[in-house]
Amino acid sequence: MSINILEFEKPIAEVAEKIEALQLAASDNPELLPQIDKLKSEQATLTKKIYSKLSTWQKVQVARHPNRPHTLDFIERIFDEFEELHGDRQFADDASLVGGIAKLEGMPVMIIGHEKGRDTEEKVKRNFGMPQPEGYRKAKRLMQLAEQFDMPVITFIDTAGAYPGVEGEERGQSEAIARNLAVMSSLKSKILVVVTGEGGSGGALALGVGDHVAILEYGTYSVASPEACASIVWRESDKAPEAAEAMKVGASDLKKIGIVDEIIVEPIGGAHQDYDTISANIKSSLLKNLAELSKFSQEELLQRRYQRLLKIGA
Amino acid sequence: MNWLTRLIPSIGSNRDSESSKSKVPDGLWNNCPACEAILYQPELEKSLFVCPKCDHHLRIGARTRMSIFFDGGSFQELATKITTKDILKFKDTKSYSQRIKEAVSSTGEEEAIVIGKGKLEGAEIVAAAFEFRYMGGSMGGAVGTKFVQGVDAAIEHKTPLICFSTSGGARMQESMVSLMQMAKTSAALEKLKESKLPYISVMIDPIYGGVSASIAMLGDINIAEPKALVGFAGRRVIEQTVRVDLPEGFQKSEFLLEHGAIDMIVHRRDLRAKVSSILSKLYPTQ
Repeated sequence: MSINILEFEKPIAEVAEKIEALQLAASDNPELLPQIDKLKSEQATLTKKIYSKLSTWQKVQVARHPNRPHTLDFIERIFDEFEELHGDRQFADDASLVGGIAKLEGMPVMIIGHEKGRDTEEKVKRNFGMPQPEGYRKAKRLMQLAEQFDMPVITFIDTAGAYPGVEGEERGQSEAIARNLAVMSSLKSKILVVVTGEGGSGGALALGVGDHVAILEYGTYSVASPEACASIVWRESDKAPEAAEAMKVGASDLKKIGIVDEIIVEPIGGAHQDYDTISANIKSSLLKNLAELSKFSQEELLQRRYQRLLKIGA
Repeated sequence: MNWLTRLIPSIGSNRDSESSKSKVPDGLWNNCPACEAILYQPELEKSLFVCPKCDHHLRIGARTRMSIFFDGGSFQELATKITTKDILKFKDTKSYSQRIKEAVSSTGEEEAIVIGKGKLEGAEIVAAAFEFRYMGGSMGGAVGTKFVQGVDAAIEHKTPLICFSTSGGARMQESMVSLMQMAKTSAALEKLKESKLPYISVMIDPIYGGVSASIAMLGDINIAEPKALVGFAGRRVIEQTVRVDLPEGFQKSEFLLEHGAIDMIVHRRDLRAKVSSILSKLYPTQ
């Protein structure tokens, strides 16, 4: 069994293993085919059952799933002609945050997102998706470029948080995040935000101010990671499941509270089961909302964006 | 100790001039939290709560801050009667609503920020001051809303805005509602900028997380009191993540100045004159 299987996914994986074994045997024994079909339907029912009642903590694990699609997976499936753009023009290029121009059904757009990386080597290169200040400054540069050329900005959020380190503090992590919040709040381009995995703290919000905020069904978004919240409030980091529950990090709660506008449905068993389907769902959300936002003048758009923020916690 | 002082042990509440239990019994006497010199309260008030022996800037509450900054008697409070909402019905070892009740009764403040208008050397200003004793000066929905009303007042009266930040960051108990206050307050500051009104951020020990990464760092002019700790991530979090010893003076005002994050470090006794001098150049029309 793959190590990339969560504890509660194990019963599903066991059925999948049986199916695989039967399929190998089926080429010589066609009478096995009906049994395979039966197991497949059993697998589907089981997946649906398990995923329909995930606890908040289990959703956190799905959001962090090692096989979960990342920004570059989405870019490949949703957009055409992606040209990655690098660097903040001041210090470095931060690979934990990717960005560039592309076309969405022929329309030029700017894409910016956290990228956690896939294999170990890439994860290290991308610092596990935790940006330094130069990552946020690259994002700011690309947003301003989008404004200059009148392109919508699409952001994908998936980070445990901004990287906490000595160098980040020296180079102004706080300022970099704060500046993005200010810039995004008054950027003249439309901004669509999609929380695809983990939305962790200020490092997530630094890409999160927009005209429409969507979250994937098993995405999470919170002021701090459940572990950090547990150690700050409970003073025990193993209270993370309780902290996740208390902070209401899941998509449906966030929609109720008015933090997100839309929940994008994931394939049964989570986005990691089917990259193409989740990408198609995100794409149709982007197209629908871009069309919707086109009804507003630039001034109305900025007014709406500000009012959206003012309502939260008022 | 509250959650913040546990997170950042070096800024423990024993440094808080107003809540410290002095080793000296009489209320008129205090110990300097830095050099332990015995301080006579009336003298301390005269020195604006700066230790005359070692120059340590003691913590002071939001109202004390306002009263020593504004011209005598000119402070008028704004943005009152904004109450805290327990939107998440958050409960850890204690319920959030209980924590709010306790914070209100121990500080006498309705929330962790005080807003007001008044005069500085005769010029009209609006100011905001965080109250660190109220849940570590943490920012939730009510703090964000009060701050925005402060910005609105500055725009309405065409005055500069000054904010004295001291805060552990976004308030855990409101989770995403708290986090979004970073965006809300930063967006409001953009409105101030569009109105061409100056915003002076004064950083007071300590500022971390969500307040550092919004209100505190967005000043047109960033000023810090001497030796204030200001950063994004807490020292303990960094030590645990990178497993290195932090450099001497890490995240202190002097470190921030050296790395280009702030314009200047200003002694508390010079703050009025300094801010007034800056405003007379940035906003001479008054």
